Amino acid sequence: MVEVIQQVINALSLGGIYAILGLGLAMVFSIFGLINFAHGELMTIAGYVLFAGLAFGLPFAAATLLAVVAATISAVLMERVAFRPLRGASVPTLLLASLAVSIILKVLFQTLITSRALPIAIPEVLGRSVHIGPVSFPVMQLVAIVVSVLLLLGLNALLKRTTLGIAMRAAATNFPIVRLMGINANRVIVSAFAASGFLAGGAAILWISMRGSVDPMMGLLPMFKAFIAVILGGLGRLSGAVVGGFVLAGIEVTFQVLLPAGLAQYQDAFIFLIVILLLTWRPQGLVGGSDSEKGVKALLRPLVKKAPVQKESVQQS
Amino acid sequence: MTSEEPLLAVENLAVKYGPIAAVKDISFEIGRGEIVALLGPNGAGKTSTLNAISGLIESQATSIRFQGVDIRRDRVEARVRKGIALSPEGRQIFGELTVAENLRLGGATRSRSEREESYANVYELFPILWERKEQYAGTLSGGQQQQLAIGRALMSAPQVLLLDEPSLGLAPRIVDVIFDLIALLRERGVTILIVEQNVSRTLEIADRGYVLEGGKVVLSGNSEELQSADADLIGAYLGIGG
Repeated sequence: MVEVIQQVINALSLGGIYAILGLGLAMVFSIFGLINFAHGELMTIAGYVLFAGLAFGLPFAAATLLAVVAATISAVLMERVAFRPLRGASVPTLLLASLAVSIILKVLFQTLITSRALPIAIPEVLGRSVHIGPVSFPVMQLVAIVVSVLLLLGLNALLKRTTLGIAMRAAATNFPIVRLMGINANRVIVSAFAASGFLAGGAAILWISMRGSVDPMMGLLPMFKAFIAVILGGLGRLSGAVVGGFVLAGIEVTFQVLLPAGLAQYQDAFIFLIVILLLTWRPQGLVGGSDSEKGVKALLRPLVKKAPVQKESVQQS
Repeated sequence: MTSEEPLLAVENLAVKYGPIAAVKDISFEIGRGEIVALLGPNGAGKTSTLNAISGLIESQATSIRFQGVDIRRDRVEARVRKGIALSPEGRQIFGELTVAENLRLGGATRSRSEREESYANVYELFPILWERKEQYAGTLSGGQQQQLAIGRALMSAPQVLLLDEPSLGLAPRIVDVIFDLIALLRERGVTILIVEQNVSRTLEIADRGYVLEGGKVVLSGNSEELQSADADLIGAYLGIGG
């Protein structure tokens, strides 16, 4: 029983990180039609800023804040520099563009900073455990769960209670009609990128706190996992990212516990097998109805119609 | 038309989808407080005309003057802020948002206090929306969705309301409800440009109308003239009139 509780905590803390990362991916995808493969690099940027902040003697909390702000600003810059010129482009173009941004950033990290991992000193308190009866809970995992839940609640409030947030949800289903409400399209898109950067920054701090270092490839694995979580939950549905994140973490932790030592090296293969089976059963993802457009197929549909750029020429009469 | 400047004046509007001309040199105007109908068969260019005025699609025109100002270079958002609201074809409500959230987006250009006024106004006009305000819009019936689409457009307190096929796909009893509502809006002085295939019902509530066919105006006049020119109308519908 003690073991089960500890593994549940394990799954929840991991799932929380996947969920907030996945939400960032899903927000940008649902509004812009782009799976931003450079999402992981936003985490890495947050990691380097955290490292720099600590190196300059900032307290951990202040460096954390700075790192999250840096990830948010980077996401907005990414949109402005790389993706805005491509609005209305085809799915493959957008995918390749985001891959390119991802690769360029990784190379820049390697050449301008270092290809080695930089150690980040995590506050000692996060390494402790609290004991409740026979169960010991690592503080870091509890913090990860609390932070994830707070971020999810905060995002939920933004999406449900503010006009901008409601517009973001509406834009996920019918972008042109949102503009017909008099809402500035750029504002909605930039806000989605900013929110995704903020979430990536938050996820980065949790991820780094668990591993204690930052390196150029740091964002790759969590981004990849979050991508799977989003597909698993149902692409194009924000709640799908959250459900997918926790389900994926649950599957991972289950295999960690149940697989015999001899098969441990095949853990990822088993995880993906389960993911494939789940998607065969529900191609539209775990969340949502039978509308398969919201699932894997959504990746293939022609995305956001040419958004806000609009020309009207004067007819010569 | 009175001597004062029309609220909306469209001059030589043309819309092309690739090589296909959907609208060819249409000119018309609407005075404040008027209900003007754009009539005609499928593919006559009615919806394209409304979408061009709202800025949803690209168009060419000598001028599109709204309250005396040329709005051709304004984006959709700017046109809404200036007072042009479209209730689009097929209703296009946000099915995954609640009724209240749909209305809130409709009033996104307004201040909080103005929006409260708009809510009160819309809920008074459409009591069913008040009853269903926490319900997801996608679960409403067709007639209720149409009311929501019109209510959502009214939330911005527009100077002119563009209504695209409000009766399309609705049961006859519900069509009556929608036309009664439009008549009520008329009494309240809302300026409306309405696109409809239901000619007789539309002419009952409209002041004037333009009949489009093949992207051109083939007939225009006040409602009485158009009602009595039934033969011409039919001719226009068959593509041999004008």
